[in-house]
Amino acid sequence: MSLTAADVAEIMRLVEQSGFDELTLEMEGTKISLRRGVAASGAPSAPAAPKPAPAAPVAAAAAAAVADPGLKDLPSPLLGTFYRAPKPGAPAFVEVGSPVEADTIVGIIEVMKLMNTVRAGVRGTVAEILVADGVLAEYGETLMRVRTSG
Amino acid sequence: MRRILIANRGEIAARIIRTCRILGIETVLAASAADLDSVPARMADRTVCIGPPRPADSYLKVETIVHAARATQSDAIHPGYGFLSERAALARLCEASGVVFIGPTAQQIDAVGDKLRARAEAEAAQVPVVPGCAVTELEEAVAAARTIGVPLLVKAVGGGGGRGMKRVDSLEQLPATLELAAAEAGAAFGDARVYLERYVASGRHVEVQVLGDGEGRVIHLGERDCSTQRRYQKLVEETPAPGLSRALREALHAAAVRFARRLAYRGAGTVEFLVDKERDGFYFLEMNARIQVEHPVTEAVTGVDLVAEQIAIASGAGLRLAQSDIRTRGCAIECRINAEDPDHDFRPSPGQITAVTWPVQEGVRVDTHIAAGSRVPPYYDSLMAKIIAHGPDRAAALTLLRQALAATHLEGVHSNLGFQAQVLADAEFVAGGFDTGFVARLLERRT
Repeated sequence: MSLTAADVAEIMRLVEQSGFDELTLEMEGTKISLRRGVAASGAPSAPAAPKPAPAAPVAAAAAAAVADPGLKDLPSPLLGTFYRAPKPGAPAFVEVGSPVEADTIVGIIEVMKLMNTVRAGVRGTVAEILVADGVLAEYGETLMRVRTSG
Repeated sequence: MRRILIANRGEIAARIIRTCRILGIETVLAASAADLDSVPARMADRTVCIGPPRPADSYLKVETIVHAARATQSDAIHPGYGFLSERAALARLCEASGVVFIGPTAQQIDAVGDKLRARAEAEAAQVPVVPGCAVTELEEAVAAARTIGVPLLVKAVGGGGGRGMKRVDSLEQLPATLELAAAEAGAAFGDARVYLERYVASGRHVEVQVLGDGEGRVIHLGERDCSTQRRYQKLVEETPAPGLSRALREALHAAAVRFARRLAYRGAGTVEFLVDKERDGFYFLEMNARIQVEHPVTEAVTGVDLVAEQIAIASGAGLRLAQSDIRTRGCAIECRINAEDPDHDFRPSPGQITAVTWPVQEGVRVDTHIAAGSRVPPYYDSLMAKIIAHGPDRAAALTLLRQALAATHLEGVHSNLGFQAQVLADAEFVAGGFDTGFVARLLERRT
């Protein structure tokens, strides 16, 4: 299984409320390290990232993911409602962990019933999906992050 | 009405947010990527990024604006001025999407946007129009031009606000000018139709503010004199218009009300007239179906918040004011402060404001979106602020406005602040009642 951004946020909240200063979580190719009181670096939700991703304050960890050169932000090309699947009930175009090519459709932005397909733009693996299905995405808002390859 | 999406930027966005706050209405600002850290973006309850800086990709996208309104659960859209404010397509899509458009109906926007249609409506409402006519064939155009007389103007049916017109000084020029005007009108407005109008050499630009309930009730809130223009761009506006006879003033007000009533106009609008100084008469020019840049002078002398009235009418409350409720007090003058360089043909001067001081004084109002650190992006108009002074009479308002300009300080971009001070100091301005050639004469005197 893989972690979503919401999962990471939840973990950080738990650490923050706990009496612990440090947490290392390892699961199926994903490793997350959280530590209080250290400058943030690295990517908390990167799959198979061996290096620790300390974060302080803990909430800054998610933003620090941007700095990972292997992760590419996929910004929304226009304002509209983001849909992860071609129609209600259908499987999502991609999930976290899905391999994508540059022309792989990863979602739809709907503007007044006009559907605009969103393509990955890069080759790699979907690392994170930040905008939920059926939610307004603003122009330039990061829809998902792709771990690039090739 | 609980939440309003503002489909605009700059000082008017900030202005609309202020009234919404007073009314307890939440605001969503639809902003381009260039305006995300602007003053109005900081003032709004929420800002959504609608697209890249270029207006065609953001502020002018009808579907995006309406989608943003729906997705943010906004009850209404306020279009401000410029951008989509007079696009019937926005009003129409709002009507079809269950979003309230704070402005006139799509039909009314169409009626006044087509200048030939507006002329016909004016004639039907017994409002005088400048002698002129539509032309399609060159032969009839030459015949019509002989009747109208030269100089005359070739105007685009889809134009307005000084855009899309050409002057013809002799009949020999007419064929070439007509061809050029039609080609340009087609490219600029998507409508190649043109018409001819007599050129009134010595005219004052006087406009009347109206409010209509959409059911045929219309009131006016007095007039504004906007004759201080450079190339049809207004620089200074004032109310009341100086030196008009009482009969002429009342005739202007009545004509504006007749015109708006004929359309059963809904919301705030402005009927523009050309006052012929030589003949002491006036002609209908056009109607602006939106809030005007210069609306604060009217607010100053009437005490009416025009944006609040727009919202009330749009939310179905109708006209809350009767004509007898409108009492004007004193005189108000407004100066537009633009990021432009008067020493280099008023070319735009975008950039970042490094330091700014706005005047704080009793009787002075500043409508602005500029604070220290603000940017004037190159993609939009250069209006930074409007400074409005209100006094018991014109001399008092003028003195106050001069003091306010002197207390204003801007660094980081060129501005017309100094030029505006020269305008206010000029003897012709002080005398008042001049025609629209005033600024050109002032510039002549300067060199």
